[in-house]
Amino acid sequence: MKSAVIVFPGSNCDRDLAVAFEKVSGRKPEMIWHRETDLPDDIDLIGVPGGFSYGDYLRSGAMAARSPVMQAVAKAAERGAFVLGICNGFQVLTETGLLPGALLRNAGGHFVCRDVALTVENSQTAFTSRYEAGEAITFPVAHHDGNYFADDATLDKLEGEGRVALRYAESVNGSARQIAGILNDAGNVLGMMPHPERVIEPAHGSIDGRRLFEGLVESFLAKA
Amino acid sequence: MKARIFVTLKGGVLDPQGRAIHHALEGLGFGGVNDVRAGKLIELDLADGTSDADIDAMCKKLLANTVIENYRIEKGN
Repeated sequence: MKSAVIVFPGSNCDRDLAVAFEKVSGRKPEMIWHRETDLPDDIDLIGVPGGFSYGDYLRSGAMAARSPVMQAVAKAAERGAFVLGICNGFQVLTETGLLPGALLRNAGGHFVCRDVALTVENSQTAFTSRYEAGEAITFPVAHHDGNYFADDATLDKLEGEGRVALRYAESVNGSARQIAGILNDAGNVLGMMPHPERVIEPAHGSIDGRRLFEGLVESFLAKA
Repeated sequence: MKARIFVTLKGGVLDPQGRAIHHALEGLGFGGVNDVRAGKLIELDLADGTSDADIDAMCKKLLANTVIENYRIEKGN
């Protein structure tokens, strides 16, 4: 499986994500700078990492979403490549329109940086196949704008179509229906606020996140 | 030509910044503030003859996220 990690000015989880991709797939991902207009045609998995792209100017993810590379990411998503947006990457994917809704300032007004309990809502996705439906897992979060917002019709649609992949077990940031991660309608794009790449080694204190990456590799092999 | 773009959160979209400002005003002893909503003002210095349609497109494509925000364009100097 060939992977890539997009790097914006202000990304700061890009190297952690690259390590996770490499550990699980056995191949170093290509690091793609935001000014690139093309991605290699044979990329199977693209990571849009966390951080503060463009200093969060205007809105979190807004500037990154309009950078040249995101058009190439949208094209790759269209042809079925897996796209995983974490934290700021999730904000970028909603701003790009690859995922519905928006991430608002946390309801409490505070930056939230701690481990949070999550529930796997749908284990029949390319990203979550190594988890059980309803399984309780713990990932760290670190964000100021993680309060997922969409209108009721969109939320109903996401829930009805099994596109809510992960939910917070308790309110963390005011997210509508405690949504922590959602899929696009084709199921090959996942955006999530919590950080699976920070819990892949015993030394991290947990390996709950590792199965997300392992599941992706399996999904890729099943597809190939 | 100048255009001023006022970007505000849609009604019903939670505004923690506005709430914090409201709280601070009350802390300063100002009663009678019913609600506070915070927004953004973006000033554009534009080439003469820039069309209204172009300004509107700038708002839709970048300046406002119409999932959560409204915008109002005010032209003038």
